[in-house]
Amino acid sequence: MLAGVLLLIFLPPLVAKDLCKDSQDGFKVRLSIKTALGDDAYEWNESEMFLFRSTLAYAMRKQTKQDTYNITNILVCNDTQRVSFVFVVTSPDDPDQLIPKEQIEQAVRQNKHRINNAFLLSDMTLEFVGIPPTLAAPIIYDTEPWLIVFGVVIGAVAVGIVALLMSTVSKKRRAKEKAAGLSEEDEGIVKENGTALSGLGGKEGVYNQTFSNDNRFTEL
Amino acid sequence: IMKLKLLNPGLEDRILSHDELERLEVEEAGDRPKWDNKAQYMLTCVGFCVGLGNVWRFPYLCQSHGGGAFMIPFLILLVFEGIPLLHLEFAIGQRLRKGSVGVWRTINPYMLGVGIASMCVSFLVSLYYNTIIAWVMWYFFNSFQEPLPWSQCPINANRTGLVSECERSSPVDYFWYRETLNTSVAIDETGGLQWWMILCLISAWGVLYVCCIRGIETTGKAVYVTSTLPYVVLTIFLIRGLTLKGSVDGIKFLFTPDLNELANPSTWLDAGAQVFYSFSLAFGGLISFSSYNSVHNNCEQDAVIISIINAFTSIYAATVIYSIIGFRATERFDDCLSGNILTLLNTFDLPEGNITQSNYQEVLHSLNSTNPDIISNLHLKTCDLNSFLSEGVEGTGLAFIVFTEAITKMPLSPLWSVLFFIMLFCLGLSSMFGNIEGVLVPLQDLKVFPKSWPKEVISGVTCLVCCLVGLIFVQGSGNYWLALFDSFAGSIPLLIVAFSEMIGVVYVYGIDRFNEDMIFMIGHKPNIFWQATWRVISPLIMLAIFIFYFSTIVTKEIFYIAWDPESENFPTLEKKPYPSWIYVIIFLLAGIPSLSVPGTAVFRAIREYCCKKHPSAPVQEIDSVSYKPGNQILILN
Repeated sequence: MLAGVLLLIFLPPLVAKDLCKDSQDGFKVRLSIKTALGDDAYEWNESEMFLFRSTLAYAMRKQTKQDTYNITNILVCNDTQRVSFVFVVTSPDDPDQLIPKEQIEQAVRQNKHRINNAFLLSDMTLEFVGIPPTLAAPIIYDTEPWLIVFGVVIGAVAVGIVALLMSTVSKKRRAKEKAAGLSEEDEGIVKENGTALSGLGGKEGVYNQTFSNDNRFTEL
Repeated sequence: IMKLKLLNPGLEDRILSHDELERLEVEEAGDRPKWDNKAQYMLTCVGFCVGLGNVWRFPYLCQSHGGGAFMIPFLILLVFEGIPLLHLEFAIGQRLRKGSVGVWRTINPYMLGVGIASMCVSFLVSLYYNTIIAWVMWYFFNSFQEPLPWSQCPINANRTGLVSECERSSPVDYFWYRETLNTSVAIDETGGLQWWMILCLISAWGVLYVCCIRGIETTGKAVYVTSTLPYVVLTIFLIRGLTLKGSVDGIKFLFTPDLNELANPSTWLDAGAQVFYSFSLAFGGLISFSSYNSVHNNCEQDAVIISIINAFTSIYAATVIYSIIGFRATERFDDCLSGNILTLLNTFDLPEGNITQSNYQEVLHSLNSTNPDIISNLHLKTCDLNSFLSEGVEGTGLAFIVFTEAITKMPLSPLWSVLFFIMLFCLGLSSMFGNIEGVLVPLQDLKVFPKSWPKEVISGVTCLVCCLVGLIFVQGSGNYWLALFDSFAGSIPLLIVAFSEMIGVVYVYGIDRFNEDMIFMIGHKPNIFWQATWRVISPLIMLAIFIFYFSTIVTKEIFYIAWDPESENFPTLEKKPYPSWIYVIIFLLAGIPSLSVPGTAVFRAIREYCCKKHPSAPVQEIDSVSYKPGNQILILN
């Protein structure tokens, strides 16, 4: 009688442990708390494990949309110092039946973000062995940023070219007009800055070759 | 000291005498462009000399040839090869007041080939150098986003994982080889034109055109920014670098001397080549720039100052680069070690913090003695800081792979990326000013364009033609073509031109006449150091480098390294031999400029001979006007 009662009391956890240890539907979990948080790392203890089991139960609830999942449905074993362990999920209707791997995987993937945040960890530091992290969606730009910068640079170049060409054209036009009015040039040289030749290096004015007495162009 | 002087009839008629020069100087009657001030001239020359090679070739040479010990051959060859050649080019340009073609034609019409060779080399180098600037601009355009596009691998098409090519190599490699170059697997596969690279090429040539549109009038203003900004950025990077972990290891690694390397002849050869190419000698640009100076400018002082600045910049840039490389190597080492530690912790379920960097070796040893088979199955990577440091790469690999990776690991990466690529852009652009000068001025001297065309149109047409030809480098195999051009167009011909320059000035123009010119220009005769180097030492060094270079190229089988995702050693680049038709291209690249030196002389001799046979030749070919009082009018050809 006593033996029967004892067996009844101790059987479920033993069976539970067997369910967890030998199961194919379990996942190994690894936490790297010290790597993630450094000095702010919290200690892994029973309460943290409680939190983990409840988050997983939450994930199962969300995924199956059944409010029957409870913390007792999450069985944990192979607890190590690394902070790694194996867990399995039993069905709420039948404690001896395990939820298949694929379903657990889906549940974890959909809620990984919430699970990570509960522990202040990330995809790298809270590892579910066998469940690869979901890749972040690539950022899609309406216009690639490089095209915008390119547009700015090319615009500046175009403005620069146009401005320089225009200044050349206007300089040439002014030079043509000046050449047309060259006959009244005498005063032109004197009138620089209103002063009479004083700022021209102390020489006798600007040497204007047109009026030079060079007869080398006439001799033959 | 050799007093050899070759026959050079008619030299007096071709050059301006000292009195004429003095008159031109005083009256400012020439129509040659002039520098606004001395600073513009110095900045332009510094910008031309200081280029991408100071940043990505010198540090690699320094580190691979014995670190601090490399300074010895570098500085010795700087003094005996670089400074004399630089002084020579400055002096001859200032004296004869012409670009490279004009100068050599003046010295002796048979030496016209030297000028033409300079022009050809400047043209070929401009083509590919501006493509490198286009690549720099592409990276610059892409730096204005967070996270930087080369910091992580893109996700593949069906969102199941990362792109395989990227996963097998690294995000920076993938971004460079695939998203920038879209490189093909071999040089014969063109891979088509890459549209984004065409846009960057157009913008590179556009910026260059804006700066060169009116010759030194516009480049003189641009160099205030392009020549000074690199120093500012280098200083910023130095300060940033020194605050990063591992940077001092990098600097120590760079400068640790290994005196055994001095016995290795390739160290001296590389030092000589680096000095030579770093000074951008024999391109003709320096002669042009110097010809815009006043005739009494102290070119001796300029040459020494610019050489010192160039050497200082090389060493400074090497320090900065290696501080960042040291940081990157330390990061990689830490990652490697952390990876191994994590593997061990996971396998043996040990608590975190049991294995750290300090006790890693002992723990590994003890675990290996207890469970050797498990350990061997883990395939732990060997992490060695020195091997990460010596991964030091040169050239485009350094800038676009190693350095960009280091930048992604720094906080505020887009800022550092923008700064780095602006610096590379300025370094490249200021060198391009000199290259383009070495193309435009000879074209004007050779009267390729009609005289009525304004300067703007000439520079525009030149830039357009170069841009179109440069499309070779934006196809899929463009990177391989660029490496080809870099190895052959810019190496052998320059050595031949430099050697011919020295022989031409010292023996054809005449060292005595040259010395008198120097007395006229700067007031004193160049001392025994200059005499010895110009007459004997520098030509011998050039000859030695040329012989070594030529023999290595001719004897060794040449190959190129290709990015081939299908090769076995991927991601290591694969060595492939060139197809046979490439040898024709190589001959064209290196042969045409080199052969034009003797070729033009032969061609001219034949023409003279033919003209002599027909005495009724219409006009005698005279190439310059001499203002000798009392002479006849000489017809300008």
